[in-house]
Amino acid sequence: MECQNFLILLYIFALAAFAGYHVISKVPQLLHTPLMAFTNAISGISLVASLIIAGEGRNTASSILGAVAVAAASINVVGGFLITDRMLRMFKKKEKTEA
Amino acid sequence: MNGHDLFAGIDLWQNGCLFALLIASVLFLLGLRGLSHSETARRGLNLAALGMLLAVVGTLLNKRIVTYEWIVGGLVVGTVIGVPMGRWVPMARMPERIALSHAFGGLAVALVGVAEYFNHRLELSPFDVWAIGFEVLLGNITFTGSLMAFGKLMGILPGRPQTFPGQNAVNLVLLAVALALLVILGARPDQQVLFQTILADGLLLGVLLVVRIGGADMPVVICLLNSYAGLAAAATGFALNVPVLIVCGALDGGSGLILALRMSKAMNRSFRNVVFGAFGARVQGQPTDKDSGMIREGTPEDAAELLKLADSVIVVPGYGMAVAQAQHAVRDLAELLEKTGAVVRYAIHPVAGRMPGHMNVLLAEANVPYDQLYELDLINDDFQRTDVTIVVGANDVVNPAAKDTPGSPIYGMPILNVDQSRAVIVLKRSMNPGFAGVENELFVRPNTMMVFGDARKTLAQIAAALKNET
Repeated sequence: MECQNFLILLYIFALAAFAGYHVISKVPQLLHTPLMAFTNAISGISLVASLIIAGEGRNTASSILGAVAVAAASINVVGGFLITDRMLRMFKKKEKTEA
Repeated sequence: MNGHDLFAGIDLWQNGCLFALLIASVLFLLGLRGLSHSETARRGLNLAALGMLLAVVGTLLNKRIVTYEWIVGGLVVGTVIGVPMGRWVPMARMPERIALSHAFGGLAVALVGVAEYFNHRLELSPFDVWAIGFEVLLGNITFTGSLMAFGKLMGILPGRPQTFPGQNAVNLVLLAVALALLVILGARPDQQVLFQTILADGLLLGVLLVVRIGGADMPVVICLLNSYAGLAAAATGFALNVPVLIVCGALDGGSGLILALRMSKAMNRSFRNVVFGAFGARVQGQPTDKDSGMIREGTPEDAAELLKLADSVIVVPGYGMAVAQAQHAVRDLAELLEKTGAVVRYAIHPVAGRMPGHMNVLLAEANVPYDQLYELDLINDDFQRTDVTIVVGANDVVNPAAKDTPGSPIYGMPILNVDQSRAVIVLKRSMNPGFAGVENELFVRPNTMMVFGDARKTLAQIAAALKNET
C-alpha cells in the first residue's frame, strides 16, 4: 500500500465516521440495545476478508485461520441479524382503544 | 498494486464485484438511519441484511477465491452456532450475548491479520504493517476483553472489580510497548518475534482492561468493546484495501464510542475516564449513615393497599428486574392498575441494567408498549405529581446521595427523582448496597416502603392482593 492509497482510505474512514456519527446520534435511547446488536451484525462484514483468506488457497495454515475467521464472522452476521429482528419485532405501540 | 491487495488485477468482472461492495456500504448506512424511529427500524434492518448478502456474494464471485471447501466449512459452523444465538438467547441474557459476539468479531479480525502477516511479511510496506498491527492489537484486546466481560456477566468470573497496585501504569506500559513494537515492525516487517509479542501484548491488555471493571460499569465497557471491535474491522479494511470494511468499521466504532460517551455522561464520568477505561476501581461503601434512619418494611398486601388508592404510578426498573426475570410480572401488575383507572408509566434511566437500552428490550419483550417508556429528562419533573413509584431492583439510579451528598462516589450523577413522589415502594432482594457500594438514603425516607424478596414473586403477590380487594 502506498502513502497515497492510505490517504484515500483515510478519506473514506473520515467521511464514513462523520456520516455514521450523524445517523447514530439520532437513534433514541429506546433502541440502543437493538443498535448494538445491529452494528454487531454489520461488523460481521469482516466475513468479506475472512472469505478471501479461507478461499485463496495459499497454504493450509492460512486456509485454516481463514476458515475459523469465517465461522466467527458468520456467527455475528447470522446471529446478529436474527436477534436484531427478534428484538425489533417486540417493540410495539399501544393499540389505542380509547381516543 | 501490491500482490496482497484484495482486489489486485482489476477487470470488468472484478469491478462488478467491487460495485456490489459499494452498494452494500450505502445500504448499511441507510439501514442504520432506519433505526432512528421504531417504525422504520425493521425496514432498515432488512436493507442492511440485503447489503450483507450483496457483499458476501460479491466477494464469493471474486476471482481471488479459488477454493470453496474451507469457506463452506466455516460458513456451516458459523450458521450452526449463529442461528441458536440469534433465535433462542433470552432477552435478559442480551448483555452476555453482545459481549460474546464482540469476542467473535475480535477473533475473526485478529485471525485475518495473522494470516495476512505471515503470508506477505516479506513484501509489506510500512503502512500495511501498521494497519495489520493495529488490526491484530485491537482484535486481540477485543477478543480477551469481551471474553472477560462475558465471564463477569455470566457470573463465571467475580463481578467485583479486581484491582492491584500500579494497574494503570502496567496497562499504559503494555500499550506503549505494543505501539513502539508496531513502529519498529514497520521498518523491519520480517521480524516475526515483534509481531508475536504484539499479539501476546494485545491478549494480555484485553484481560487487564476488563478485569477491574465492576458490574455497574459494564454498560460503558460493553460500548467501548463494541467500538474497539469496529475499529479493528476498519484497520482490516486498511490492511486489505477493502473500503466496505472501513465504512462498517467506522460505523461500528463510532456507534460504540457515542454510546460509551452517553453512558459515561449518564454516570457523570469524564471523557478521559472513558477513553482510558479507568473506572470500576471505585471507593468502596461508606458505612457512615448506615443506621441514620429506620427502614419501613411492608408486606405485598401493604403495597397493594397503597396502590389501590393511586391514580398515577411510575415504575422504575433496574438490573434487579432482569435478574429476577420480573418484566412479565411488572406488566401484569401495570395492566391490573390500568384497569382500575390508574395511569402507569415507566421511567428508564440510561444506565439501568447492564447495557444501553437493556430495560427497554426487557419491557418490550413483556409486551409493554414503548410509548409508556419515558427517558429520564422527559419524566423527571413528574415524580412530584405521582402517587406511587415502584422501584423494581434499581438502586444507584434512584439514590438521592447523587444530588445531596458531595462526598458520595456517585455524586453528580443524574438520577430519577423517585424520592419526590408521594409514596415509594422499593422491591429489593435484600439490604445489600448497590454495585457502587453506596448506602441508599432513599430506603430510609419516611415515604418509602421496602418490600423484600424475589421481585417476580412479590409483584405477583401484590397483584393477587389487589385482585382480592376488587
